[in-house]
Parts: sequence; C-alpha cells; structure tokens
Amino acid sequence: MAEAANGALLTVAGLEAWYGESHILHGVDFHVRPGEVVTLLGRNGAGKTTTLKSVMGMIGKRSGSIRFDGAETIRLTSDRIARAGIALCPEERGIFASLDVKENLTLPPVVRPGGLSLDQIFELFPNLKERLGSQGTKLSGGEQQMLAIGRILRTGARLLMLDEPTEGLAPVIIQQIGRTIARLKQSGFTILLVEQNFRWASKVADRFYVMEHGRVVDGFASADLEANKQKLQDYLGV
Amino acid sequence: MQALYGQLVVGLINGSFYALLSLGLAVIFGMLNIINFAHGAFYMMGAFAAYFLLNWAGLGYWWALLLAPLMVGAVGVLVERTMLQWLTGLDHLYGLLLTFGLALVIQGVFQNEFGSSGLPYAIPAELRGAQNLGFMFLPNYRAWVIVFSLVVCLATWFVIERTKLGAYLRAATERPELVRAFGIDVPRMITLTYGFGVALAALAGVLAAPINQVRPLMGADFIIVVFAVVVIGGMGSIMGSIVTGFALGLIEGLTKYFYPEASSTVVFVIMAIVLLVKPNGLFGRTA
Repeated sequence: MAEAANGALLTVAGLEAWYGESHILHGVDFHVRPGEVVTLLGRNGAGKTTTLKSVMGMIGKRSGSIRFDGAETIRLTSDRIARAGIALCPEERGIFASLDVKENLTLPPVVRPGGLSLDQIFELFPNLKERLGSQGTKLSGGEQQMLAIGRILRTGARLLMLDEPTEGLAPVIIQQIGRTIARLKQSGFTILLVEQNFRWASKVADRFYVMEHGRVVDGFASADLEANKQKLQDYLGV
Repeated sequence: MQALYGQLVVGLINGSFYALLSLGLAVIFGMLNIINFAHGAFYMMGAFAAYFLLNWAGLGYWWALLLAPLMVGAVGVLVERTMLQWLTGLDHLYGLLLTFGLALVIQGVFQNEFGSSGLPYAIPAELRGAQNLGFMFLPNYRAWVIVFSLVVCLATWFVIERTKLGAYLRAATERPELVRAFGIDVPRMITLTYGFGVALAALAGVLAAPINQVRPLMGADFIIVVFAVVVIGGMGSIMGSIVTGFALGLIEGLTKYFYPEASSTVVFVIMAIVLLVKPNGLFGRTA
C-alpha cells in the first residue's frame, strides 16, 4: 500500500487507534489526492469508521501519522482539524433533535472560503428548503442524510469524509446522493467515502482501499474494479 | 386581602430566586451533565462578594450587581478547569459528590470566618420606599428584584433558544464530540457555561443580600427547594426552570396565606405528584 503519495491532500501512515484498551487500527496506510473520490471498503468491524474518526481527531488514543495539506494533524484536537479543512458526515448522521433544520444546516461554522451557499445546497437538496422550520430528527432518513451532507458543504472544508452515506436509504435517494457526489467532485471537492455498497461506490469513486482487521490490505483504481471483482467479493464476503 | 397580596409578592420574590438559581442549575446540567450541589454556596458567595465590595472597596450595590457575578463566575471557571472537567464521562454521582463536598468546604470556610448570623446589606438609596398600588404597598426593591430577575431569565432563554451560540450549546448537550468535530472549541464552551451558571447564582445572591441578609448558610437553606423546582420543571429545561421557579414561588406564597402549616412542604408534595405523573418533569424532554 506504500504507493507514492506525492501531492496527496491526505496521507495516513502507520495509523493505530484504540478504544479504551481495545486496539482497533493496526497501522493503516493510504492517501487521497486533491479532487479524488476515494472509498474505504471492508466488512463490519474492519476499522473503516474508526479510520475516519481518527483522521477527524475523534479517537482519544491514536498514533502514527496523518498529514493533511502537508501538515501533521495526529496531535491536533478535532476542532482544530475541522478548522484546517476536514469535515465529517458521520455514519448515524448526527442530526440534532433540539435544533430545527435551518439550525442543523448552519451549525458548523465556515472554516474557510469556498463552501457552498445555502441556495447552492438547496439546489442540490430541494427537500431541505421546504423543511427548514422542522425539527431535525422529524425528517425522513433520506432527508436527514441530505441535511447531514448539506451542512458540511457550507464550511469550505476541502476534504469531505462521508461515512456510509447510503445506509438504509431508498434507491431513489441513493441515486440522488450519487449525483451529488459527482457534482461535488466536479466542483473540486476531495471526498473520502466509507461504503459497504461497492456497486454504488464503483460509480462514484476513483480509487478503492480494502480494510481488514484494522489494516488496509489492498487497493486499486476504479478502472480495475472488474478485474478485481472476485477478490473484492472474497474480502467483503458478498 | 392585604395579607394575601403581601404573600403573593413574597412568593414572587422567592420565585425570582428559584428561577435564577434553577436556571443556572439547568444550564449546567444540560451542558455538563453535572448536578451542581455547590450552587447554593455560589449564591451565598455572590451575596458575600457584594458585602466585601461595599465594605472593603467602597463599591455599592450597582457595582456589585456587575462585579459579584463576574468574580464568583471566575471561581466557577476555576472549579470547572481544575476539578469538574476530570469527571467528564463518569457517572452523575461523582459530580454530585464533588460539588456537595465543595459546598460544605466553602460554607465551612465562610462560617468559620463570619459566624452563622447575618451581616446587614442595605437596600440601595435609589430603590428605597414603596409604591401605593391601591390594594397594597409594593416595596420598590422587591418590584426591582422581580422585574430584573424576569428580564435576566428571559434574556438567558433567548440566547439559548434563539441564537447561534445557543444552538451550539444545545447541540453540544446532545453530541459534544460531533460539535467539536465541526470546529467548535467545546471544552472552552463548557467551562464558560459553568462559569455563566455560577454567575447567575451569584447574581441571585446579590439580589437577595438586601432582603435576606448575608449569611454563610443562606444558600444551603435554599438549594433543596431549588432542586425540587428543577425536578418539577424537568432536568435541563430552560423554560421549565423559569416558569416553574416563578410558579412555585407563587404557590408557596398562596399556601402561606391559606394553609401556612403546609407552606414549607407544598413544593415537595408537588414534586412527588409530578414525578408520579410525569417523571421527566413538566417541561422535560423524553429520552
């Protein structure tokens, strides 16, 4: 996995992470270049979500190296990592029940210029505009996912990390999120996805990494997906 | 009839203190998940700060209204930074025991220095006298306490429920780690919130000083009723604290008029009934 990472926006090397006494990540290596959509694949418990949380600084005990835009971030707290330009859309969406849709949408502060305006977000997700006054958790699952993605688009973050954005959603919503990711890529955003649905991910990602037991065990470009299909099915147990 | 109105005013005054104190407790519980048993001690420290400012620095009531909450709030910030922050993620019981112990230490130190009897604190000259309302005489200072407390309570509610800062606070109550991952310095916000809650207690202490005198145990006497108010309103509910604080003050006042024997227990009877019917309190959110 030690491919050349020159010019990468995010370079993760030898990343280890612990939840209390449990050692979850055992030396994760990968990189994401500017403008790429990269997907982390793997079975449940492989360490994909922990990897995203570690990059975001949300895991207390971690070691190794995480370089973002040339600067080491392994020792930074999550608020400083966010201000450096990384944003996370968590697996369980993280919509706040005590906030309405507009408050949820505008909660993350703008950390740098280049983010989308509210109108641009409504263009991507028209449903949100009609539900601005509703309580965040009263939205449907699909609308909550749109809200969770929409709110990090405002911030101007250069690296968007989306954890299982299609989980539990209807096919029509999954297609809409796929189109949104394609548009974001066109606009120059760099995206790191965690996804179980590799057929969907194959349509939006440039490259894949496969994780097993807290390590990256394989990686290939989207163009090589067909050639690696059997191997990937073995990895994922599908 | 004059006696009834008199008791209603006393009830509103007590309600003002209940509201201010339970509001601080609600803000602290909502944000830090800590049942702040030291709240009564901070209320007492607010009154003492006003006393010190007057007798040691020559600064009167109006300065005390500004400076005492800042001074005691700074003590709160120190307490949060040096002690409470280490309890994050632990059971409620740890915070409760720590703040309870802290209250005993603070009250003990003040009792040792100043004894148990009250120290006088005069009503400011601008607020002396009373208004004849036709059906009763309303002392100016008491009217001021009610109006000022109401304004402070509503301003706090507005900030928490209607502003961006309040949205950060509410969101951090639910998922502090996620709010921090959005770029907000949550630990600092928690510290300042605790300081603010403590400052509210100190403000109530300054307001109470001319009415109740300044005594080391003035908060200890009060805090148990205030906790009952918080439970009735709903733990962590801002509007619940305000409405319940004033309402229970009034109910206490009415009970003093109609059935004085029950006046000191009525709040606890109401608490028991509310817990039976609505365990999350009148304004509490269900989990």
